Amino acid sequence: MNRYPLWKYLLILFALVMGLVYTLPNLYGESPAVQVLPLRSSLKADTAMLAKVEDVLKSAQLAPEVVSLDATSVKARFADTDTQLKAKDVLQKQLGEDYMVALNLLSRSPQWLPDYFNALPMYLGLDLRGGVHFLMQVDMKGALDKALESTSGDIRTTLREAKIAYSGVSRDSSVLTVKFRDAEARSKGEAELKQRFDGLEFSAREEGREFLLLGRLKQQEQVRIQESAIQQNLVTLRNRVNELGVAEPVIQQQGVDRIVVQLPGVQDTARAKDILGRTATLEVRMVDEEHQIGPGGTVPFGAEMFRDRDGIPLLVKKSVILTGERINDAQPGFDSRDNEPAVHINLDAVGARKFKEATRENVGKRMAIILFEKGRGEVVTAPVIREEIGGGRVQISGQMGTEEANDTALLLRAGALAAPMEIIEERTVGPSLGADNIKRGFDSTKIGFIAIAIFMIAYYLMFGTVSVLALGANLLLLVALLSMMQATLTLPGMAGIALTLGMAIDANVLINERIREELRIGVPPQMAIHTGYENAFATILDSNITTLIAGVALFMFGSGPIKGFAVVLCLGILTSMFSAVMVSRMLVNLIYGRKARLNKVAIG
Amino acid sequence: MEFFKIKKDIPFMSYGKVTTSISLVTFLLAVFFLATKGLNFGVDFTGGTVMEVHYAQPADVNKVREQLTGVGLKDALVQNFGSSQDVLIQVPLKQNTMGAKLSEYVVETLRQQDASVELRRVEFVGPQVGKDLVENGAMALLLVSLGIVGYLWMRFEWKFGLAAIIANLHDVVIILGFFSFFQWEFSLSVLAAVLAVLGYSVNESVVVFDRIRENFRKMRKTEVAHIIDNAITRTMSRTIITHASTQMMVFAMLFLGGETLHFFAMALTIGIMFSIYSSVLVASPLLMMFGVSREDFIKPEKTEAEEVLP
Repeated sequence: MNRYPLWKYLLILFALVMGLVYTLPNLYGESPAVQVLPLRSSLKADTAMLAKVEDVLKSAQLAPEVVSLDATSVKARFADTDTQLKAKDVLQKQLGEDYMVALNLLSRSPQWLPDYFNALPMYLGLDLRGGVHFLMQVDMKGALDKALESTSGDIRTTLREAKIAYSGVSRDSSVLTVKFRDAEARSKGEAELKQRFDGLEFSAREEGREFLLLGRLKQQEQVRIQESAIQQNLVTLRNRVNELGVAEPVIQQQGVDRIVVQLPGVQDTARAKDILGRTATLEVRMVDEEHQIGPGGTVPFGAEMFRDRDGIPLLVKKSVILTGERINDAQPGFDSRDNEPAVHINLDAVGARKFKEATRENVGKRMAIILFEKGRGEVVTAPVIREEIGGGRVQISGQMGTEEANDTALLLRAGALAAPMEIIEERTVGPSLGADNIKRGFDSTKIGFIAIAIFMIAYYLMFGTVSVLALGANLLLLVALLSMMQATLTLPGMAGIALTLGMAIDANVLINERIREELRIGVPPQMAIHTGYENAFATILDSNITTLIAGVALFMFGSGPIKGFAVVLCLGILTSMFSAVMVSRMLVNLIYGRKARLNKVAIG
Repeated sequence: MEFFKIKKDIPFMSYGKVTTSISLVTFLLAVFFLATKGLNFGVDFTGGTVMEVHYAQPADVNKVREQLTGVGLKDALVQNFGSSQDVLIQVPLKQNTMGAKLSEYVVETLRQQDASVELRRVEFVGPQVGKDLVENGAMALLLVSLGIVGYLWMRFEWKFGLAAIIANLHDVVIILGFFSFFQWEFSLSVLAAVLAVLGYSVNESVVVFDRIRENFRKMRKTEVAHIIDNAITRTMSRTIITHASTQMMVFAMLFLGGETLHFFAMALTIGIMFSIYSSVLVASPLLMMFGVSREDFIKPEKTEAEEVLP
């Protein structure tokens, strides 16, 4: 009765072998490495780049342990941090600014593990590897105010152009008020504005002898403005983080109006804060078409040279037509005439006037929109002016795909109307503390495990040994699952592993006690083992599910470190059910199940 | 080896009045401390800046304090942390006019006197975040409680769910009472521990309840009190062994896990101690009080009416 069919043995064996395979990378540890990523879309991570990196390292007499190529980058692993830092400097100098060279950690495990099994070590959280975590709050009210403020300028221009008499436009928090002298002007104005501003809803009111028209942002317009503010800030942050040379940055939206930025390995928090908090500027200038770039890259007087994203140089005049503050909004869309992808730009009143002048004088010439960050300019786009453009509504189209239109619109917004952001949470952990934390978490788990093992074996003898082996299998499977899912392991997560092991032994204690009880009332050993396992199972299930409920709630409402703890707790419950019931039963079956006549079992 | 060779059932239920009064008193004490002293909420909840700095030689805490007072940070809390070379600095939110920039400013100030200062850790939490955490924590507690009551109701009976959750929320309040009495820092990881305890100590009640249900089916002619006594006595061995094992792990964290895990493990320790007590001596008397009976599990057999046919 205490025998498993063969397939069950094989299944459990398979699970354990898999557990071992995925746990292995964690045992090899990680070495310092350098990761080289191409920054321009025209450059690909390929074998040529691999050879280039190898050459550079060879000529600098730095011997990497391994140089490997993956989908997006080339990685080189080194024996120690010194060589790693030297290699980073050399590579950055030799490869130039088209590549990002970042410090990283690479697993020391043999190549077949990642190649055939995709087995990687657990992903360590910032509190274990060191780094910075920022939570940034995007000022949504600021974004709305800014949008409304610029709309009020546009309303003035529109009314003036339509020659409708009004006596004032003012903004009071979320309401725009346009004052008219008589009802007739107001109804004319209302018709005109309704047609031009479909994001606003208007209502008329009389106050004393003044005829007022009140404009509010429509709900869906507010949502659109807020969403685009977040999107644009995410893009801006991503661009900036590239500069920091961080290997695996995390930049994510959290909730409606927050952004999480995690920079593993970054120590210089002051610089990180500066770079993240910087505002980019955008400039519109004319392209210098009278001159050519001289031999050797000499630039003629009165002009400057910038490159676009793909590295193609462009000669641009020094005088600025307008700056990014004049751009209210930029959206991707389609050309109304030929349905080609286009970017629609909306300028404010002052910008519109300047733009009108500039385009009138330069029909047929090219203008360039340049994004400045960290004092370095990059050409976003350089379209040809077809006609004079008034009214502040500009469309850039021709020779771009939908994706490109999206990118350009985002870049234009990113430079121009970044909704203000503020750091509302920071967690920085130094590398030495991270290493300490790993050691502490590991030590406490180890000591706790040994203590439990000694106690269980002394108390339950053979069955105690089985329980300890099952607990070991539990640890193996839990670490394997965490590695497989690449879930982030934090210090609370390590505490979760320890706690799960401490709690998992409960199932085995329940089983062992049940077996003892049966033996005490005189049930023969084989039967006692069988009923012991059967009776304990319902209890194990019930008690584990209540803990699982707590784990799931923690996962849903917990943030950051708590989430890590919750993930481990939930996974640990699943693995402990498997190992405490299946693995320990398998071992007991192997030890006792085969004996036809069993008179005594070693259970203490 | 066997620690518990109990031949006769221990009459736990006849001590019911005594044990429930003891827990009532502990509970009220905990509530009293919570009401008068409150919890010493950590920076996770209150907002503010916590910094851990490391000196190459033993640090002079008073000097650090003076330095900080010199630059206008009067309320900064400065203390040794773990070793004499490590210093923990806490600056409350209301004095921080620089937001996230404060930590750099402090390190710069400290470096003027000792260039060896190494910044080990910074936690800055703005006011918005703390509020969210308190709300989320409360939501999690509520959800866990409802989930457990619901599950036990489904698996057993509403009386069991209610008894278990009262007993275990009583554990939670007592843990909080300890943290209030000693003014230990109540951080996010302590909250996680408290919620884990809630799930864990329900385990304990579930094991006892399982036995009670089993006994109701097996011991047909026995009184309710005796059935419960028998269930507790027979699971006692398992209770002690399990908790001892879990506690070994938690002790390892308490003593070896460093400062970050210390209070986490402390909350778990208190929770484990009290969950033994409460699941045996609070949940079960409550169950009696709610009037649990055999009929809750065994449907009375229907007597088929005889039919008389012409």
